[in-house]
Amino acid sequence: MTPSDISNTSDAMPVAAGRQALVQRLAYSSEFGLLLLIALAVVIFASTLPGFTSPFSLFTIGRQIGIDTMIGLAMMAVIVTGGLDLSVGAIGVCSAMAFGWMMESAGVPLTLGVPLAVLFGAGLGFLNGTVVVRSGVHSFIITLASMSIFFGIMIFLSQAQAFRAMPPEVLGFGKMRFGGLLSALLVFSLVICAVLSALYHFTSLGRQMLAAGANPRASEISGVRTGRIFIACHMLTGALAAIAGLMITARTGAAVPSMAGHLGQDWLLPAFLAPVLGGTLLSGGRVAVFGTFLGAALVNIITSGLLLMRVGEFWIQAFLGLMLLAAVLTDRARHKLLQRRGMI
Amino acid sequence: MANNVLTRAFDNDWIGPALVCVVAIAVISFFQPSFLTPFNIFVLLSAIAVNMLVALGQLVIIGVGQMNLALGSIGGLVAISFGAMMELWGFPPVVAIICGLLIGAGAGMASGFVIASTGISAFIITLAGLQIFKGINLGITEAQPFYGIPQSVKDFGNLSLIGPIPWLVVPTIIASIAVWYLFTRLRIGRYILAIGGNRNAAELSGINVNATIIWAHAISGLLAAAAGMMLVARLQLGHPTIGDDWLISSFAAPVIGGAILAGGHVSVPGTFFGVVIIAIITQALVVFAIDPFVVQIVLGGLILWAVGINRLREVRVSQLLGQKA
Repeated sequence: MTPSDISNTSDAMPVAAGRQALVQRLAYSSEFGLLLLIALAVVIFASTLPGFTSPFSLFTIGRQIGIDTMIGLAMMAVIVTGGLDLSVGAIGVCSAMAFGWMMESAGVPLTLGVPLAVLFGAGLGFLNGTVVVRSGVHSFIITLASMSIFFGIMIFLSQAQAFRAMPPEVLGFGKMRFGGLLSALLVFSLVICAVLSALYHFTSLGRQMLAAGANPRASEISGVRTGRIFIACHMLTGALAAIAGLMITARTGAAVPSMAGHLGQDWLLPAFLAPVLGGTLLSGGRVAVFGTFLGAALVNIITSGLLLMRVGEFWIQAFLGLMLLAAVLTDRARHKLLQRRGMI
Repeated sequence: MANNVLTRAFDNDWIGPALVCVVAIAVISFFQPSFLTPFNIFVLLSAIAVNMLVALGQLVIIGVGQMNLALGSIGGLVAISFGAMMELWGFPPVVAIICGLLIGAGAGMASGFVIASTGISAFIITLAGLQIFKGINLGITEAQPFYGIPQSVKDFGNLSLIGPIPWLVVPTIIASIAVWYLFTRLRIGRYILAIGGNRNAAELSGINVNATIIWAHAISGLLAAAAGMMLVARLQLGHPTIGDDWLISSFAAPVIGGAILAGGHVSVPGTFFGVVIIAIITQALVVFAIDPFVVQIVLGGLILWAVGINRLREVRVSQLLGQKA
């Protein structure tokens, strides 16, 4: 890891490097590559598949992009530490189920239930973070255990029954669209992107997260309380996972225990695919908030295109795995290229 | 002297889990005498036989300091290929078994090759592998099982060798001894542990790190393949969901058995007792008619507990070493 990785890309360059370097850097950024690929995919699908650009199709693709962005951001928030969180899916489902319980059984008003559910997710993240930091054991095995525990407790308490009695506003938000095609869930996820971007760029907490992730020892020496910051990262992951769970609840109008598959495993691929495509470093210390959004967008546009082309749904799963492989390989190649040119 | 402390602390990996097993069996059979009926023992041993192979598949990768998320999907892919070869192509079971093992080893070798040649973390590569192998599995089967399993294979999975001991334990015993031999006596096994312990040091001392990593993943795939085919024999059908639930238990058993996740230290007997503990607990929940959903909570708790103990032991060993030095 080079020292310049400590800070975000936007200020990794000396000011004197000039405009040409900026243009060059933009051209090599993962966001630019993703935009090109997205444009290419949209042009190909729009010209060959008549149903692709219908308002309803755009609405459903956008809605799914919104949800996958949130899942990706949840994982990104903890990848920053150089760790990971296998329990994102479990936290998302648990929070959605807690929300469902509050709505259906406890009679909590909607305006209170949503923040409480997000806090609940942050609380589960706090548990993960505390155990990881206190024990010093890698987050992989801790969150592997906690995914089993969270999911097990949720299934035990709910007896695998869904909560379906939701206030009409919940499903209404999931169905809401602007101009007939723009999903409210997508707009909402973009707002969260902006908030997170501000967090990492402008706040001391966000900068400490990046610094602590890039080089824990150096930041500890310079006065960052690394342990607390890592716990905060895990809490952020939990909160974002809870939001993703609530968004799925809004889409289906019910909190279903199987919304993320067995133990929440079904979220793992989108959770890693979007940030890795977007240019988040798996070793920590660098985030790509809008890159994550673009990554989720590319994945969903291609998936919907392939589904419209009647490529079997089952084969798409294998295709997404190949895409993750391709994403990390290109990331590797880009990293080497940038290093050779002395740009990072 | 320091060496002596290390050996003492590490050689006894399996004693703790073994004690837990004995106490658990004693307690459960005291409250529920039916726990030790021949039928129950037969069921217990069948589960242990399959889960031991799964755990060994993960153990080899833990030894090299990595993780294999694709273990279950390789097992599942081999399971349905095994069913397909016998039902659709009429392969005799022996040929199908050999082909199945080759598919498993090949799939493992492929992930090992990508990990070794790119240097990208095993986690992300095997996550992609999980998705690819599972996708191929579902693409071939369209989520429908293969039912045409020959009687000989079904018998192998459901008949007993002697008394309450099922035939299924035979391949498991062979594989366990082989893996134990691999780690204690063979050069490749020592290389795996050396890389897991300190990759740079291993590389500097002339070990071919990339080749060793590829071999480790091939062995892991081979063991997953064997476990997948044994499940086909036991369930009497090639079900596409085989392997879906291996992830947690494949890590739990080696960790309970004292394996250190950073790599470099594994224990085959410890893993065996880890598998037995998990099987006993799962079975106990059934015997006492406790909600089966509790299994997930218990498994997660067991992992945390074992990780905590391993961590404490690590700290103690380093303190002891510090005193000697």
